[in-house]
Amino acid sequence: MADKILKKLYIEVWRQNNAKAKGKFETYTIENISTGTSFLEMLDILNNDLIEKGVDPIAFDHDCREGICGTCSLYINGRPHGPDSAVTTCQLHMRKFKDGDTITIEPWRAKAFPVIKDLVVNRSAFEQILQAGGFVSVNTGGVPDGNAILISHEDAEESMDAASCIGCGACVAACKNSSAMLFVSAKVSHLAKLPQGKVEAKARARNMVAKMDELGFGGCTNTQACEAECPKSISISNIARLNREYLSARFSE
Amino acid sequence: MSKFLYASIGRKFLMSVTGIFLLLFILVHLTINLLLIFDDSGALYNEGAHFMVTNPAIKIMEPILALGFLVHIIWSLLISWENYKARPVKYKKQDLSVASSWASRNMLILGALVFVFLVIHLANFWWKIKVSGHDLLNQGLEPGADMHNTYLLVSTLFKTSWFYSLLYILGGVLLGLHVTHGFWSAFQTIGFSNKVWLNRLQTVAKVYAVVVALGFAIIPLYFMIKF
Ligand code: HEM
Ligand code: SF4
Ligand code: FES
Repeated sequence: MADKILKKLYIEVWRQNNAKAKGKFETYTIENISTGTSFLEMLDILNNDLIEKGVDPIAFDHDCREGICGTCSLYINGRPHGPDSAVTTCQLHMRKFKDGDTITIEPWRAKAFPVIKDLVVNRSAFEQILQAGGFVSVNTGGVPDGNAILISHEDAEESMDAASCIGCGACVAACKNSSAMLFVSAKVSHLAKLPQGKVEAKARARNMVAKMDELGFGGCTNTQACEAECPKSISISNIARLNREYLSARFSE
Repeated sequence: MSKFLYASIGRKFLMSVTGIFLLLFILVHLTINLLLIFDDSGALYNEGAHFMVTNPAIKIMEPILALGFLVHIIWSLLISWENYKARPVKYKKQDLSVASSWASRNMLILGALVFVFLVIHLANFWWKIKVSGHDLLNQGLEPGADMHNTYLLVSTLFKTSWFYSLLYILGGVLLGLHVTHGFWSAFQTIGFSNKVWLNRLQTVAKVYAVVVALGFAIIPLYFMIKF
């Protein structure tokens, strides 16, 4: 399918100079964008225009631009990572939009993710949650003989699925409660499913949930929005597992 | 322990346990109520109602039920407030409908409407039966019968008032919507779910919700249509 040209688009974007400043929406127009352009390339083109006009370019996060690092964010037209499903913003293309569209771009909104500048938010809260327990600290010995510790195919698969979380924060952005439960459950699950992770499973669930609460994320009310908007389609069955791990840890105190 | 009941998952645990308790209560309540439409003499329903006010087990359950409601409601407000605070700056444009069900996003509103209904419902029946008394309760009984004619009180309301009949139908529908999400959510919250069980629980939730909504709605409808 040949790429079409979108003659004119209206880009409504959140501008905020720094963490303390009061932000506001600005609308820019951009012309002649090919539908084959990626969303971030469209922003690059817009930023070139802005620089030529002497306007401060729009700050937004990006790194790998191939859907693996989780750095890109952006709440586009009311949805994290925009109107496509199971993709990151860097994997979103302009063919998802129509000529003449107004595209509203906002930063992730959550108390625990404060805006640094424009569309860039501080996601170090995720780092802090990981530091509270998202690791294995027991000595698991040298490289084990391949068949010494047997792990069922299902367990390995579930662990790998959970481990595919890239820590982008779309789950928090999508959730009406700004809850980080999908992220935390993925990080708890990928370890809980493996023998090396089982040793510290209880403390891990407790500490990571406590940190999540402390940082000001909301609680889970099982709306399933996180799973639907997650670029890696992390399942909410991980949240059920986290609830199980956490409750059994609390009740066995 | 107090810290547990205030932590995010602890709070939800309490919602879930009280919610499941209420789900069970609703089933018992509906079963007894359906006696209303299976015997137009009212004898069957009056027996049921008499059993409910005299049976010691039920007497013990009554304050526990009130407590269940109270905890469920107070914690629902607590949860909703905490979750509201977690996003101080709201989105300008938000499209939640693609990713989550309407009921799941409106549990507080649905619950609050169920609560309004509950207050009216208690004033209609519970208050008259337990506290103030009512003429209809003592009419049309066998001489010397040691019970209330609860059937007469209930059926008269539905036969004579379109407003209350419609209100009770609405009450059933609102409760049904609340539990389409609440039912499976309660199990997810206590960890009883996985990829396979999620679908099963969501199906059972729909069945439960339809049974409850239709079951409660059919009673006023029966009296409106038949009499
Ligand atoms: C007989 C009546 C009721 C039944 C059977 C019922 C049942 C349930 C169930 C099973 C849940 C799920 C708990 C969970 O997700 O863990 C729930 C959640 C909830 N209920 Fe009720 N409930 C009733 C009345 C009420 C009332 C009167 C309110 C008051 C305002 C209320 C407010 C809520 C709220 C806000 C939630 C959402 C919690 C969440 O989404 O995480 N409910 N209810
Ligand atoms: S669970 Fe999904 S949406 Fe949430 S941080 Fe991980 S990859 Fe992103
Ligand atoms: S920039 Fe790496 S996932 Fe989008």
